[in-house]
Amino acid sequence: MLHFMNMVREAAAPLARDFTVAKLSRRAFLGGTAAFAVGAFASRSEAFPRWPTGGESMPHGLVEDPLVFVSIDADGTVTLVAHRSEMGTGSRTSIPMVMADEMEADWSRVKIVQAEGDEPKYGNQDTDGSRSMRHHIQMARKIGGSVRHMMREAAAKEWGVPASEVKVEMHAAHHGGKSLDFGALAAKAMAEPVPAHEAIAYKSEAEFRYIGKGNVQITDLHDITTGKAVYGADVSLPGMKFAVVARPPVVGGKVKSFDATAALAVPGVESVHELPGSIPPAKFAPLGGIAVVASNTWAAIRGRDALVIEWEDGPHGGYDSAAYMAEMEATAAEPGVPLRKQGDVEAAFASAAKVISHTYTQDHMAHAPMEPPVALANVTADGCEIWAPVQSPYAVRTDTAEALGLDPAKVTVHVTLLGGGFGRKSKGDFVTEAAWISKAVGAPVRVQWTREDDIRHAFYHTTSAERISAAVDAGGKVTGWRHNSVAPSILTTFAPDGGHQFFIETGMGLIDMPFDIPNVLAENGKAMAHTRIGWFRAVSNIPRAWAIGSFVSELAAELGKDDLTMWMELIGAPRVVDPKAEGYPDDWWNYGEPAGSFPVDTGKLATVLKAAADGIGYGRSLPAGEGIGLAVHRSFVSYVACAAHVKVVDGKITVPEMHLAIDCGFAANPERIGSQMEGAAVMGMTAALHSSITYEKGRVVQSNFTDYDVVRSDNYPLNVVTHIIPHGFGDHSTGVGEPGVPPVAPAIANGLFHATGQRKRKMPFTLEA
Amino acid sequence: MATLKINGAPREVDASPDMPLLWALRDVAGLVGTKYGCGVGLCGACTVHVNGKAERSCMLTVGDVAEAEITTIEGLHPTGDHRVQAAWRELNVPQCGFCQAGQIMTASALLAENPKPSDEEILEAMAGNVCRCGCYQRITAAVRLASTGS
Ligand code: FES
Ligand code: FES
Repeated sequence: MLHFMNMVREAAAPLARDFTVAKLSRRAFLGGTAAFAVGAFASRSEAFPRWPTGGESMPHGLVEDPLVFVSIDADGTVTLVAHRSEMGTGSRTSIPMVMADEMEADWSRVKIVQAEGDEPKYGNQDTDGSRSMRHHIQMARKIGGSVRHMMREAAAKEWGVPASEVKVEMHAAHHGGKSLDFGALAAKAMAEPVPAHEAIAYKSEAEFRYIGKGNVQITDLHDITTGKAVYGADVSLPGMKFAVVARPPVVGGKVKSFDATAALAVPGVESVHELPGSIPPAKFAPLGGIAVVASNTWAAIRGRDALVIEWEDGPHGGYDSAAYMAEMEATAAEPGVPLRKQGDVEAAFASAAKVISHTYTQDHMAHAPMEPPVALANVTADGCEIWAPVQSPYAVRTDTAEALGLDPAKVTVHVTLLGGGFGRKSKGDFVTEAAWISKAVGAPVRVQWTREDDIRHAFYHTTSAERISAAVDAGGKVTGWRHNSVAPSILTTFAPDGGHQFFIETGMGLIDMPFDIPNVLAENGKAMAHTRIGWFRAVSNIPRAWAIGSFVSELAAELGKDDLTMWMELIGAPRVVDPKAEGYPDDWWNYGEPAGSFPVDTGKLATVLKAAADGIGYGRSLPAGEGIGLAVHRSFVSYVACAAHVKVVDGKITVPEMHLAIDCGFAANPERIGSQMEGAAVMGMTAALHSSITYEKGRVVQSNFTDYDVVRSDNYPLNVVTHIIPHGFGDHSTGVGEPGVPPVAPAIANGLFHATGQRKRKMPFTLEA
Repeated sequence: MATLKINGAPREVDASPDMPLLWALRDVAGLVGTKYGCGVGLCGACTVHVNGKAERSCMLTVGDVAEAEITTIEGLHPTGDHRVQAAWRELNVPQCGFCQAGQIMTASALLAENPKPSDEEILEAMAGNVCRCGCYQRITAAVRLASTGS
């Protein structure tokens, strides 16, 4: 079971582990002299007071045993295990980099190996939720610090000197004029007892070589630039077969009848197999259909083209997304189920001098990672071995075991690099397909999804209608806020559809809305799902930021203020927002983090907004046809503001400059934070201008980049500048992979409004002539 | 069975003439640096050089390239140190990396033909190569770096 259902459990008592300052042992202080020349006392464990995170309550929690993650050869090569999947965020670089720095390993002598899916051994491996650094920076420092400590102890014994006199620096232990390389000490050091946190003399921040510096190349850089990097479709086994699958065009549909005669006549095609299907809620079970097995991918694709299949559509054959959107908009205009009730909203609206209401919609989106889903499985009498680009390798292992009726101990999941993930590859349906087909043919099988398969059989980003109303008093102050969110829920992939979002979705910018408004009502109107809904990078934060961010700019226009002033007025004075104290009756999600360590801090919202606005030169005058848009949003316990300079060129919406300011606590690898912001700018602009999955008769209309296009080099945010709010290590690292996305689309829409006067309320949007 | 000239050497490839070059390279010749991203010529992940020009290998058949010199990412430079590859490393361009072989093949063909492209020419030449991770800013800068040294 994925983290997703565990989050349900975890959230039952999220506030129980509120942050208290870690009690530090005096022993660390008195244990000896400094391990480093710099900062005699700064390098005690006071340099690293630990804080609680949601990481401890993830399935299988955190493992910080250096013997699990570190091995050192006699030649001094330090091998570090990367246990999180690499899909482009840099976790395969940044977490080992933290270990290496705290260990005093020379990064040029570090090798990275990828962990198999094995959470009992490595701790949680679900690479999603922008959690890699937020949950693992502390364990990575602990592991690195432990090894450095063990090196020091081993060297001290070797030389017969007090450990306190031994200095470990740059891959060696030193004492007087003597030095011993990590390689020479490895066997003895790794046999030393693993120290407790309090016993470790951690480096001070001034002593960091790599952490917080952004000075390392990504682990796979050379392999990627020379074509040697191994992705899901790049592993071959002797005797391997190639398969593609014809899946029911409607979710929950199935094969009524089929004729494979022509398919089997295609040269290279060897066999066809019917796969069992599923009707949601089926978690990540395959959709079923007909698999064509061949001697190469192309033959399999041609064989599939030649299949004659009659489908039965099942309960969702009537899904029409345009009609559905109209229904959602109507629902959003009615009262929904109240979630957060603060103050007296009725009275605020009844006495308002002015009421402003608008509805913002978004279509479904497909992730469309550059590498479509693909998996290799080899089922034998001994078990099943898998190579696949998966975000959650342990869940894939247990799911595959279940699908094959095997003990999970008999299933091995090797994680390749992921050619993008964005949430799609958290779902192992494509791996189960490979396992079933391999079992059926008795040979290793690679299942390749074509781009059409990927676009038509995703777990889609939800479609939504978000209606916001503001009550404004005679003085022009917003006194009431009502936000009704209507969207089919991800929960429907896991449980029977109740028509309502669950707390993880409503916790993404709806009930934790941070504005300083006395009367607030957050509601959720009913919407039943008619396709597989899944999480897409930033999830419900995208429609929330889209709605709230656009609405703020509309309020500004209505009230005759500039956008920045309006935002700052709504954000109000720096304060901590606790939704529970402000009308939300339950514990709130807060991305699974203890609110004490990771509160909603409006001061941070204002800071990032100001940084982005200053960066772009907000307020400067621009020629006609140009405008600057702003938006700011907290998600994954980080704060990101976007300032977009929008310019209409030859009837096209362009973004010559964009500033993204992020507060993600301590910035462990600023260089990768920058690349994530640049990527978020592009994905946000793609969502704003292009991404639309629509349905007719239950079938996805789009199929490939022909009709599901993305931002390309001829029109991308040309100059993205990232501003990282500086913090020391004690200001906890928070999410980076997702939070850049939500503010981008509303910032572009607001910029477009200022450039043209056109107000967009449907996403994606285009320029009217 | 066809004989193709790949990365400077003739290679026997057990593929029919109508098989797309992409699949012949990947599934038959085992050259998996060239990627599948769309199969319809719209993403550029499968870009190779055919007689020095950037081509979408998903849109060519084995028969189309029977006489041609084919270069894949594996053969772009013997030690992987083509100036485009070096520039990519200098700027830490990739995120997931999946599109990058295709990006590098397009960029290197561009520079072979037009050693000092303007920014507009770079953006236009690279527009057929999708990067869903959104590395465009660094890709453009890396092409510029490979071209001008700065
Ligand atoms: S796979 Fe050839 S252009 Fe996309
Ligand atoms: S780096 Fe991931 S698609 Fe380009």
